[in-house]
Amino acid sequence: MDARLEVRKTYKLFVGGAFPRSESGRTYAVTDAKGKFLANASLASRKDARDAVRAARSAQGAWWGATAYNRGQVLYRIAEVMEGRRAQFEEEVARAEGISARRAASQVDLSIDRWVWYAGWSDKIAQVLGSSNPVAGPYFTFSVPEPTGVVAAIAPERSSLLGLVSVVAPIIVSGNACIVIPSLSRPLPAIALAEVLATSDLPGGVVNILTGRAAEMGPWLASHADVNALDLTGVDDDGLATEMEFAAAETITRVLVPPRKAPDWAEQPGLDRLRFFVETTTVWHPIGV
Amino acid sequence: MTATEARIDGVPARMSEVAESDARLRRLLHGLPGVDQVGAEARAAMLATRSVKAASKEQALDLAISMVDLTTLEGMDTPGKVRALCSKGLRPDPTDPTVPAVAAICVYGDMAALAREAVGDRLHVAAVATAFPSGRASLAVKLQDTADAVANGADEIDMVIDRGAFLAGRYLEVFEEIVAVKQACGAAHLKVIFETGELRTYDNVRRASWLAMLAGADFIKTSTGKVSPAATPPVTLVLLEAVRDWFRETGVRVGVKPAGGIRTAKDAIRYLVMVKETCGDAWLTPDLFRFGASSLLNDLLLQRQRMLTGHYSGPDYVTMD
Repeated sequence: MDARLEVRKTYKLFVGGAFPRSESGRTYAVTDAKGKFLANASLASRKDARDAVRAARSAQGAWWGATAYNRGQVLYRIAEVMEGRRAQFEEEVARAEGISARRAASQVDLSIDRWVWYAGWSDKIAQVLGSSNPVAGPYFTFSVPEPTGVVAAIAPERSSLLGLVSVVAPIIVSGNACIVIPSLSRPLPAIALAEVLATSDLPGGVVNILTGRAAEMGPWLASHADVNALDLTGVDDDGLATEMEFAAAETITRVLVPPRKAPDWAEQPGLDRLRFFVETTTVWHPIGV
Repeated sequence: MTATEARIDGVPARMSEVAESDARLRRLLHGLPGVDQVGAEARAAMLATRSVKAASKEQALDLAISMVDLTTLEGMDTPGKVRALCSKGLRPDPTDPTVPAVAAICVYGDMAALAREAVGDRLHVAAVATAFPSGRASLAVKLQDTADAVANGADEIDMVIDRGAFLAGRYLEVFEEIVAVKQACGAAHLKVIFETGELRTYDNVRRASWLAMLAGADFIKTSTGKVSPAATPPVTLVLLEAVRDWFRETGVRVGVKPAGGIRTAKDAIRYLVMVKETCGDAWLTPDLFRFGASSLLNDLLLQRQRMLTGHYSGPDYVTMD
């Protein structure tokens, strides 16, 4: 017999550019669409969420400080690296979502294209969302979009890869850092994405992925004073969404509320998400006359 | 324990006799039991795993805040920076009057007058002296440095030992220097900094501790904060064991101050556990244990806010230093 031992993968969290296990030591079993065991994933705790916020905060300044051109290059690089590993993504998505290989391939195509789409936006945000403003006085005034800061996002439960990318990309393209809780039942494509992010020149901490329960970590992230905005796109439970909105209000956190009906992630996204996570700063500059 | 007529304040004659010659001093210091390196590190690591419950943690945070020597020791220190640090020391969290004040403000000697003016007699003012941080200057200069700082209003002096002389085995020279600086301090408390990162071995750290206590140190302090590694738990454990043994020997309580590299509330609480387990409750006071730190205070405040409000706080809610 020359049978090779199977090498099993440990699915861990992605925090600050590293792949730690959950501080709590917990894991949970992930199954495919038919209920067959796939792997154990880390079940993140509120302390992991706290660590992730710290990592995001320390990464955000430098990420925003990078030129828009450079951020675009990094996002494009993510697309390139994903393209190189598309076979893995296709398999992960097909297993997680229980869809055919062809449909999985099209999800991966769309995900890669989404990175490219947002990469193109990075150095055009200021032109489209900013302006120079006419004023009746000896001033030059202009408005520029600036990133909100640290954003906590709950990614969609069903669309394990495309939905995740569609939530994360618009947050980070403008210079925000994010903590994202991917689909609870389909977390494996998210960790595959983490492996791509870790090798795409994206500074550690700009994206942090915590596999686990939104109901457990969400309220802590919402009330965290160092989280500036919340994306509740993937929260299906109205009670939880309300609880998180209340908690967010306590610490003046911007909240993107869950959509009324599940979005079709295959559609062209538009600028709404990107616009939601920037703040407009207006500068008045006296001119000599 | 008949401490008759001490040659040096607070040191019994029986102990200070050994300091009459280099040979006797060496015999004493090299006769100290060696430090079990693996044991010390394991003990420090084990104490760090102690679980501290919420109510104890609340107390520990306040105690730790009251033990902070809020420090700024930069070439770019300005009067404004020192004044800001003083007001932060007096009222660490302006939104919450129940937060205790820190123990002392630690600055360079030339800033001591400014700090004293800002805090009055509400806080201690500690000044580093004796050619801090290298300690490379003649004795005359070091004494003048000390006298200057005291004249400027410092009531605590943080001196550095001459590591070169210590490592070369010239213990008497180090001893006499500490004695001379102690005299120059007058009424001011003397903290002796070893720069443990440069002493290489725990045995040396233990010897330096005894040497400083023999010479009349009020406090022994790990590091200047300018050399890495600075304070580590095992090194602090060796210091704590030294002051405990010294107390058993002489009945005199000497303080310990780890400095440098302690940045989180969690670390600070681990140190407090170590103090309690090694020296007992008597040392859990700002008179006998201090943290030399600057960024630690912010983390202590953040943790305190977290416990009070029930949600995590962030760096936007404390002052930048």
